[in-house]
Amino acid sequence: MVKTITVALIGNPNTGKSSVFNSLTGLKQKIGNYPGVTVEKKNGFFKIDRTTNVQLVDLPGTYGLNTQSIDQSIVFDLLLNKNNKDFPDVVIVVADVENLKRNLLLFSQIKDLEIPSILAINMADQLQSKGIEIDTNQLESDLDTKVVLLSARKNDGFEELKNELKNYRNLSDKPAFDINEIDPEYFSNLQKTFPGESIYKLWLLITQDINFTKLQRNKIDDKGKFKTQTESYLKKLQQRETIKRYQIINEILKKAYVKDNLKASGLRGVIDRILLHSIWGYLIFFSILLLIFQVIFDWSSIPMDFIDNTFVSISQSVKLSLPDGVFTSLISEGVLPGLAGILIFIPQIALLFFFISILEETGYMSRVVFLMDRTLRKFGLGGKSLIPLVSGVACAIPAVMATRNIENWKDRLITILVTPFMTCSARLPVYLILISLVIPSDKIFGISYQSLTLMGLYILGFLLAIFSSTILKAIIKRDSKSYLVLEMPDYRLPLIKNIVLNVYNKTRSFVVEAGKIIFAISILLWIMASSGPGSNYRNADEIIRSQYENVAISDDELQLNIESYKLENSYIGLVGKTIEPVIRPLGYDWKIGIALVTSFAAREVFVGTLSTIYNVGSEDQETIKSRMAKEKKSDGELVFNFPTGISLMLFYALAMQCMSTLAIVRKETNSWKWPIIQLIFMTTLAYFTSLIVYQILI
Amino acid sequence: MISLDKLKKGDKAVVTDLITDSIPLTLLEMGCLPGNEITVLGLASKKGPIYLKIDDSHLSIDFVTASNVIVEIKN
Repeated sequence: MVKTITVALIGNPNTGKSSVFNSLTGLKQKIGNYPGVTVEKKNGFFKIDRTTNVQLVDLPGTYGLNTQSIDQSIVFDLLLNKNNKDFPDVVIVVADVENLKRNLLLFSQIKDLEIPSILAINMADQLQSKGIEIDTNQLESDLDTKVVLLSARKNDGFEELKNELKNYRNLSDKPAFDINEIDPEYFSNLQKTFPGESIYKLWLLITQDINFTKLQRNKIDDKGKFKTQTESYLKKLQQRETIKRYQIINEILKKAYVKDNLKASGLRGVIDRILLHSIWGYLIFFSILLLIFQVIFDWSSIPMDFIDNTFVSISQSVKLSLPDGVFTSLISEGVLPGLAGILIFIPQIALLFFFISILEETGYMSRVVFLMDRTLRKFGLGGKSLIPLVSGVACAIPAVMATRNIENWKDRLITILVTPFMTCSARLPVYLILISLVIPSDKIFGISYQSLTLMGLYILGFLLAIFSSTILKAIIKRDSKSYLVLEMPDYRLPLIKNIVLNVYNKTRSFVVEAGKIIFAISILLWIMASSGPGSNYRNADEIIRSQYENVAISDDELQLNIESYKLENSYIGLVGKTIEPVIRPLGYDWKIGIALVTSFAAREVFVGTLSTIYNVGSEDQETIKSRMAKEKKSDGELVFNFPTGISLMLFYALAMQCMSTLAIVRKETNSWKWPIIQLIFMTTLAYFTSLIVYQILI
Repeated sequence: MISLDKLKKGDKAVVTDLITDSIPLTLLEMGCLPGNEITVLGLASKKGPIYLKIDDSHLSIDFVTASNVIVEIKN
């Protein structure tokens, strides 16, 4: 009979826990979210032998079992609740050779939960170079556990680990520490109140309440009975507990752990001196940022064009090979462009996460946070907000996904909310065409007004992001104190396996999760554009043909006129006309209105939509531009004059017009609340800004 | 006896007291406990954060948190 055992993987951050996870499970990983929160849930699977399968649960990295963040409360919830379906049969505590003392604090707490546990000491390949000796036999007997030396880098020790897992029933589940010692009176009272309960678990439940009141899932009903002490006193007890644990650990390590400090490499100091230098440090960081940004722009354009062209040609051949009709149109104009609209983001997402993984794996990300934290904190952001914010210049979608690295929920939420203000690459084609239409190409001090305008729009986006985060900082309630206590890990060479898996998992989760929503809205927009109420839409063909009966016109031109007439009378055209009174004060007509609606699929669609409406039949910039430049209002005035152009640029700069961003924000915040607030806030802001500016300019 | 945020780069000190109510428990768990030695490795700006080695851990802390750690300078 095959049996499956559940094993939890837990450890301090930076111990190489995810390398261990990846080495054990390879591609057999299932990534999702914990219900109700946005903490990543990683489960993996592997076989020990023919009869034993393992479900491996990767818990968020933590330094102890207190619950000060959502991450930690996940760990807490899983390890204290025997009814949780992922409750482990065995816990593997991952430690690393250099920080063994600190790692053992968590180990001693896990042990006290009376769950069978194994201590896996990772990075054993560095023992010699760091001048460290570990007496594993001594450790095993003093800690009453099994100790395995691992090296995820060299793939060493995993067979031994699997062996210990196979015999998990032989593992000790005795506690390591007598909690009574820290305050005998308090704890004996507590025990009397709940006879038969594990005293350490009770203690954890009580301290959970004082440290993290938001998530009281394991609330004790009659805590009045024994919570006879103030919170401040309980915190003192927690401190005493930590000190006591460290005392015991120090005693144990005295016998089992030797470190030759002379051998400790000075590499950290040397690299830190450069990377954290008060001038060079920032210069290097901004150069790296610029480089990443440039590479994402340059490298992704090739695969993006490839995806784009491939889908266009597939659509074309579908149109040609299938009989005309609704089904063909659904496939070629709804489904295929919808798919293309999802896949087109993959190159940017993959590249961004490739670089972020490298920054994380090498230990450089912590240095970035150290450098930037103070500056960004003023605006309600944290040190880790900078990378998402800057990547927002390429595309908001990978940028919002990148906020996962921000531990503090409030910092993360604000970053998610303001990132779409950054000028993403989809705004660029819109800006370029509008600038060339309404801004003179004259130069001032050798710089053209046109490039100054473009630069101004980029700066505007950045200022708005900073400005709104300052406001949000004051509005959004904090659920946890915003502080910085961050480990600065050693510099390490990145493991290729970790990078590849991270890129793969991120890309996959975008396609699967956000892709659904993007696809659904694409189809909806297609339906709205390809059907219409009343006879005008249905009879577009005859109406236009009869209009041009006596006019010499080529078939192509006639077809374009029909398409344009159809769009005008479709549901989307109807929406455009309906909103015309609302958008007229901004300087837009119903045709621009239609383009605003279709831009919801992606901003760059603006140009394509206008080309259909003006029946240009080509997406070539110059052709559309010259057509737009000629477009006149009923009173003979140009449609794309200076005030309308400026008003439109501002609208595109400020409005939330990207359903893909909304879809990813929904996924990352786990509710529709935030994307809807974002949509309303940004679009209202855009509307009134454009309104005021237009009214001043005309 | 001064608080941690008053130290300069290169200073060595010993933790003497903690204002437990105002600091995250994570800091204690990472080894910031009375009796442990601190070496200041750097400051990002005059107002922090501060980068230090404490016990065997390397960490950076913001100034508000650091002001709740009381130390005694050793030379």
